[in-house]
Amino acid sequence: MSSTSSRARVAPLRTPRRPSGKKLHFLSSPKKSPVLTLVTALFVLYCLLPLIWLVINSTKSQADFVSSFGLAFGDHFALWDNIVAVFSFQGGIFSRWLLNTVIYVVLGAGVSTFLAALGGYALAKHDFVGKRVFLLTVLGSISVPGIALAIPQFLLFAQLGITNTPWAVLIPSFINPFGLFLMWVFSAQAVPDGLLEAARIDGAGEFRIFFTIAFPLLAPATVTVLLFSFVSIWNNYFLPLIMLKDPNWYPLTIGINQWNMLGSTAGNGALIQNLVITSSLLTIIPLVIAFLSLQRYWQSGLALGAIKD
Amino acid sequence: MNLSKRRTAGLAFIAPFSVLFVLVFIIPIAYSAYLSLFQNRLIGGNSFVWFDNYAKLFRDPQFWDGAIRVVSFTAVQVPIMLLSAIALALAIDSLRLYGTRFIRIAVFLPYAIPAIVATLMWGFLLGIRYGLIGSLNNALGTSFNPFTPETTMISIGVMVTWAFTGYNMLIFYAALRAVPRELYEAAAIDGANEWTIVRSIKLPALRGSLVVTIIFSIIGTLQLFNEPKILTSLVSNSGITSYYTPNIYAYNLAFTGSQQGYAAALALVMAVFTIAIAYIVQIKGMKNVFDK
Repeated sequence: MSSTSSRARVAPLRTPRRPSGKKLHFLSSPKKSPVLTLVTALFVLYCLLPLIWLVINSTKSQADFVSSFGLAFGDHFALWDNIVAVFSFQGGIFSRWLLNTVIYVVLGAGVSTFLAALGGYALAKHDFVGKRVFLLTVLGSISVPGIALAIPQFLLFAQLGITNTPWAVLIPSFINPFGLFLMWVFSAQAVPDGLLEAARIDGAGEFRIFFTIAFPLLAPATVTVLLFSFVSIWNNYFLPLIMLKDPNWYPLTIGINQWNMLGSTAGNGALIQNLVITSSLLTIIPLVIAFLSLQRYWQSGLALGAIKD
Repeated sequence: MNLSKRRTAGLAFIAPFSVLFVLVFIIPIAYSAYLSLFQNRLIGGNSFVWFDNYAKLFRDPQFWDGAIRVVSFTAVQVPIMLLSAIALALAIDSLRLYGTRFIRIAVFLPYAIPAIVATLMWGFLLGIRYGLIGSLNNALGTSFNPFTPETTMISIGVMVTWAFTGYNMLIFYAALRAVPRELYEAAAIDGANEWTIVRSIKLPALRGSLVVTIIFSIIGTLQLFNEPKILTSLVSNSGITSYYTPNIYAYNLAFTGSQQGYAAALALVMAVFTIAIAYIVQIKGMKNVFDK
C-alpha cells in the first residue's frame, strides 16, 4: 500500500472538514431547501415516533396506559412510581439483570476488542505461517449468520456442560471478526513501520512494542470497536435466549421479554405493561447516551467498513 | 534470526483470537455437521441416518413455507431500505437541509435500540388494542389491523426498515464524504448542475458500499427471528407459526421438538445458502466495478 493511499484512507477518522471554496460558494454552502427538509423530516418522524411513544407511555400508570390515547399523557405523572416498581418487582430482579448486562458488556466488549487489536495488528504488521488462510477464514466467518451459528454453539456448549452459566453468553462474545477486520485496516494506516523498526533497533521486544507504541496509536479504532461491541452485546437476544434458563443470569433483553410474556399469558397474570415499557426505556438510556456522546466514532467505523472493497 | 523471531511474535499475537475462534466458530460448525447425520427416533433412539435429514428437509413444506417467506421479504424490504438510505445520504450530503446534524442522529438512533424494545414499541404502536392504529380505527370507523396473517409481514418490514435504514445511510454518507470536494468543483466549472453531479459522480461513488450493504442486509433478513418471535407473545392471531421463518423453525425443532439433528441440518443449509448469496452479490458487484 502506498503512503498516499494510506493517508486517504485514514482521512475519515479525523474530524471532517469541508474546504470553504470562495469561488464556488453554491457547492460548499448552497441555499437550504425547505421542501427537501420537509420530506426528510417525515422520515425523521418515522424514526423518532416509537421513541416518543416510549417516553410518553413510561410516565403513565397501568390504568392510564389502558385508557388514554397512545401519544397523550395520562392523568397522573407516574414515571417515578414506575421506575420504583421496575426495581422492586419480583424481589428487585431488574437490578440483577442490569448488573448481568453490564458484566456481559464490559467483559465481552473489553476482551473482544483487545483480541481484535492484537490480531488486527499482527495481520497488518507481522508475517506468519498461515496468514492467508487465517485471514480468509475470519473474513469468511463474517458472512456466517449469527443465528445459524448459535444453535451449533448451544449444542456444543451443552456437551461441555456450560449452558445456563454466564460463560455460555460470554465466550461467543469474545470473538468479533468484524472488529478484527477494522483493526487490521486501521493498523495498516495508523502504525508507521519506521516507528516499529526504530523500537526494534533499540532492542524492544515485540509485546512491549505493541503495548507502548502500537496500541496507543490504535486508540480511535479501539473506541469504535468497543462501541460496536457494546451495542451488539447489550442488545443481544438470541444467544442468551437459548443459552440461559435461570432468570438470575438473564440480561435485560431476555428479562424484559419475560415480563412481557408474563402480562400477556392468557389473562391470569396481572397486566404489567407499565413495567415493560418503563424497563424498556431504562434499558435504552445507556445506549442512547453512549451513542450520542461518541458519534464521531460510529461515523469513522462505518467509513472504514465501507472501504472494505 | 530476527525475522523468524518476528514470525513467532505474529503467531503469538493471533493465538488467543484463533483458539477462541476455533471454539466458537469451527468446532460448532463441524459438530453440527456431524449431528445433522443423526435422527432421534421414538424407537431406536439416536441413530445414524446419513443424509436423511437433508433429504427430509427439502421435502418439508414447513421449511419451504418459511424459506420462501424470508426470501420474498428480502426481495421487497432490502431494496426499499437501501433506496431510502441512499436518498437520505444524498439529501444530507447536498448540504441543503436545515438541521443536518439532528437529522443524521435521529435517523441512525434506531440502530442502537435492542430488537426486543423495538418490537415492543412497534407492537404497541401498531396494535389495535392500545396503539395508534386502534385510535385511528376508532376515529375513522375503520377496522384496519396490522397484525393479521396477511399484514404481519408488512409490519415486520416497517420495524426492520426502521432499525437499519440509518445504519446503511451512514455507510453511504461516509462513502460520499470520501469523494474529494474538488471533483464537484471541477464538474461545476465544466457546467455540470447538481443532478449531473449526483448521477455521474455521487452515485458511482456509492457502488462499493452498495455491495457491502446489500450483503449485510441479506444476511440480516434471511435470518429473521427476533421480531416474529417476540411478536408471538405480544399480539394474537398474527399468523406467526412455529415455522414462520427458517430460524424460528430451527429454534423450535432444537428446543421444543428436541430434533437437534434436523435443526442442525436446517441451520447448515441456511448458512450455506446465505454465504452463497453473499458471494454471488460480491462477485456480481465487483464485476460491475471492473466493467466500468
